[in-house]
Amino acid sequence: MAPTATDTEFMTYFQAVRLALKEELERDPTVFLMGEDIRFSIFGPTKDLHLEVEPERVLDTPITESAFVGAAVGAALTGMRPVVEIMFADFITVCMDQIINQAAKSRFMTGGQVKVPLVIRAPGGFMSSSAAQHSQSLEALFMHVPGLKICLPATPADAKGLLKSAIRDDDPVLVFEHKALYFSSDEVPLDPEFTVPLGKAAVRREGDDVTVFAVSGMVSSAVSAGDALARDGIEAEVIDARSLIPLDKDTLLSSVRKTGRLVTVEEGCLTGGVGAEIVALVTSEAWDSLKCPPVRVAAKDQPIPFSPVLEAACAPSSRSIQDAVRSCLDG
Amino acid sequence: MRDYPQDKLLELYRTMYTIRRFEETVSEMAAGGLIPGFMIHLYVGQEAVATGVCAALRQDDFIVSTHRGHGHLIAKGGRIDLMMAELMGKEAGYCRGRGGSMHITSFELGSLGANGIVGAGLAIAPGAALSAKLRGTDQVTACFFGDGASNQGTFHEGLNLAATWCLPVVFVCENNGYGFSTPRSCHQSVSSIAERASAYDIPGETIDGDDVLAVLEATERSVERARKGDGPSLVEATTHRWHGHFEDDDDDYRSEEEKEACTESCPICRFEEACVERGNDASALERVREEVEAEVEKARAFAEECPEPKPEDDASMIFAGGDA
Repeated sequence: MAPTATDTEFMTYFQAVRLALKEELERDPTVFLMGEDIRFSIFGPTKDLHLEVEPERVLDTPITESAFVGAAVGAALTGMRPVVEIMFADFITVCMDQIINQAAKSRFMTGGQVKVPLVIRAPGGFMSSSAAQHSQSLEALFMHVPGLKICLPATPADAKGLLKSAIRDDDPVLVFEHKALYFSSDEVPLDPEFTVPLGKAAVRREGDDVTVFAVSGMVSSAVSAGDALARDGIEAEVIDARSLIPLDKDTLLSSVRKTGRLVTVEEGCLTGGVGAEIVALVTSEAWDSLKCPPVRVAAKDQPIPFSPVLEAACAPSSRSIQDAVRSCLDG
Repeated sequence: MRDYPQDKLLELYRTMYTIRRFEETVSEMAAGGLIPGFMIHLYVGQEAVATGVCAALRQDDFIVSTHRGHGHLIAKGGRIDLMMAELMGKEAGYCRGRGGSMHITSFELGSLGANGIVGAGLAIAPGAALSAKLRGTDQVTACFFGDGASNQGTFHEGLNLAATWCLPVVFVCENNGYGFSTPRSCHQSVSSIAERASAYDIPGETIDGDDVLAVLEATERSVERARKGDGPSLVEATTHRWHGHFEDDDDDYRSEEEKEACTESCPICRFEEACVERGNDASALERVREEVEAEVEKARAFAEECPEPKPEDDASMIFAGGDA
C-alpha cells in the first residue's frame, strides 16, 4: 500500500539518503547518479541501487573527480539532473574548478541562458580517526562562491527532505552529509512528496537565555549541551542551520533578538568559518539585542590529527559548547 | 578529391571570411579602446578549424568552446551583431554583457560555453555526450581545446572517461604551437598530440588545420563514428595563431620571421585558390566578401548603439530560482 502523508519509518540517515535518491530516480527520468564506487557505497546510501533502477542511471566512475563533476556540469547544461557523490568531502578540492568556475558561474556569465540543476553529495565531518584528509568540514569555503547553494542535513528526516529539495532545485546545490551521522536513526516520513525546503532552519530546542546556531554534526551536540545546561537553569535555543545558502536569517535573528546571546557551533575550523559569517550578520543586524559578545565554537585551526586523543582535543564537543554558553552568561 | 556543390564551398568561405573580418574589426576596436578588458583572444589564422568542424555537425549537436571562442560561435551559427554587442559588454549581447569575450556563447545554438579556464571544457564535453546517451538522442559533442590544454589533467581525465564509457565526443585539438608564450617544444614531450589517443585506445589523427576541407572530412569521420555509438576520437588540427595570445600581448617571444611565416599558411587564401580550382567563379567569392564586410560593419554599428546593462538585473542571473 502506498504510504500516506503521515506515515513514517524508523531508519538510519544513510537509508534516508537512499530513499530520497530512489524516489527521485523513480519520479524524474532526468535524474541520474555518478560517483566513485557508488554501487559498492562505502557508507551505504547507494549500495546496489543500480539493481533497483535502470543500471545506467547509477554510474560508477573512474577515480576522476574533475572529469565526473565536469561531466555533471555538461549533463546539467543539457537537460539532465545529475547527482554526484564525492566519496569524502575532502576530495572536493580535486574538482574545485568544475564547482567554482563552471557550475557556480555558468548561469550568470551566460546572462541567465541556462540552468545548472546539479547536486553534489559530499560526506564530511569528524569520524573515528579519519585524519587530516578524510575529516574536514569545508562548507565555509563554498559560502564564498556566489552561485552555489549549500545544505547540511543533521537528522535522517532532513537527509531525505533536503536532498530531495536539492535534486528538484534548478541551481547547483552542495549537500554536505555527515559520515558519523550515517548510522544514526530516527523517524523519516515515507511520503514521496516530503521535502524540506532549502533556506529554512529548524529550532531543535527552545530556550530564552542563549541562541546556539549549530551546523550538521554539531546539532546533536548542541542539543545535548542544552539539556545539560538546563539542569543548571540555563535554557539554550538550538537552531539547526540546515542550509547556509540560502540562509534562514529570520529564524536566526528573531531567536537572537529574544535571547540576546549567540554561540555558533561547527566542525569546520575557526578562522574564516561559518561562525564568522553568522557572527558578522548578527552583529550588524541585531547589535542592539546583544547582551554580550558572540562566541564561536569550532574545530581548532590545525589539520585534523589521527590519534584519538588528539582528534578529540581538536574537535568541538557538547562540553566545549557548554563552556562557551557559560562564558557568555558569566561575561 | 571529393566533389562539393558550389554553394557548400561558398558557405564555408563565407564562414571563414566572416570570422576573419569579425576578428580584425574586434582587433581595431580593441586598439581604439572600444572593447572593455584586455583579454581578447582572437581566432585570426585558425578559421578553417572551427569552420570545418562545425560544418560536420548538425544544428542540434553540441560544441564546447575555449577562451579563443569567437570563431567557434560564428561557425555554429552565431549572429555577429549579438556577438559584437557582447564583446562591448552591452545588454543586447548573447550573455547580456555578463560574459564578454571569454564566455561568449549561445546555448540555443548548442554552444555549451566559451571558457576562461584552459582545459575545463574537456571535462564538460563528456557530460553533454553522456546526457545525449541517457536521453536517447544521437547528438554528438565536439570539444575544442588547444595544445596547451592537452597538458591539463582534464584532457587525460576527459578522454579516459569518454573512451571508457564510449561517449559520442569528438575531441578537436587546435594545435597552434603555443600555450600563451610557451612553444610546444617547451611544454610537451610528444611530437604529436594525436598520439596521446592511443593511451585511451581511441583513434587519433593529425591533419592540416589550415585546410578547411581536410578539417571537415576528418571531423565527418569522427562524427559518424561517434553518432553510431563507436565512441570518441581525437583530431589534432595543426594551425597558426596570427595575433598574440591576447590583444595586449606584445608577442615578442616570437620572431618577426616566425610570425610572418604563420601567414604563409593562410587558410582563407588557400581556400580561395581551392574554390577557383574547383570551378568557382572568383567573382562569387568577391560577392561574399562584400556581403560580409557590410554585415560586419552593421554588427559594429548595432553594438555601438545599443544600451548598457543595468547592475540591478544581475541578481536575477545568479540563481535560476531567483536571488537566494
